[in-house]
Amino acid sequence: MQLARVLGTVVATRKEPAFEGIKLLLIQPLSAAGDDVGRPLVAVDAMSAGVGQQVFFVRGKEASFPWYPTEVPADAGIVGIVDHWSTVES
Amino acid sequence: MILGRVVGEVVSTDKRPQFEGAKLLLVQPETPQGVATGTAFVAIDSVGAGRGELVLAVLEGRAAGEALARKLAPVDAAIVGIVDQVDCVEA
Repeated sequence: MQLARVLGTVVATRKEPAFEGIKLLLIQPLSAAGDDVGRPLVAVDAMSAGVGQQVFFVRGKEASFPWYPTEVPADAGIVGIVDHWSTVES
Repeated sequence: MILGRVVGEVVSTDKRPQFEGAKLLLVQPETPQGVATGTAFVAIDSVGAGRGELVLAVLEGRAAGEALARKLAPVDAAIVGIVDQVDCVEA
């Protein structure tokens, strides 16, 4: 999983039927220091996360598990809201 | 599997139920020479790893799910071993 910040929402009317009713969020991966790292991506939201919140997300097929047995064709999904994290440095 | 250093802990109250009771650690990938490389990731800990320890981690869904031993767990990274020693001929 990776830490990320929710940047915004994505609306798609025409999409794979399995996405029906699933919220799509734009997220920015974060480093352990809290800095933006890499490109933003779109993730399915299994946590009702909000814009500005810090979350952790899973990559791959596992992103669809919260909707099992529906086979959601997603490769990234938010699976937890982060309260806070601590590192050795800080 | 990759080598990584446990650099922190993540606290999350609101998460998928499969994560209940699991420890979430921040792992920084390292080269065999001990140099940090790439971005730190969040892994579930199934071996009782601690901060600062060098660990063996899987970065793949099925393997991580097996480490957590819960059905349909939405995980893709797990610490599966604590490394005692690495011997590498190319320093």
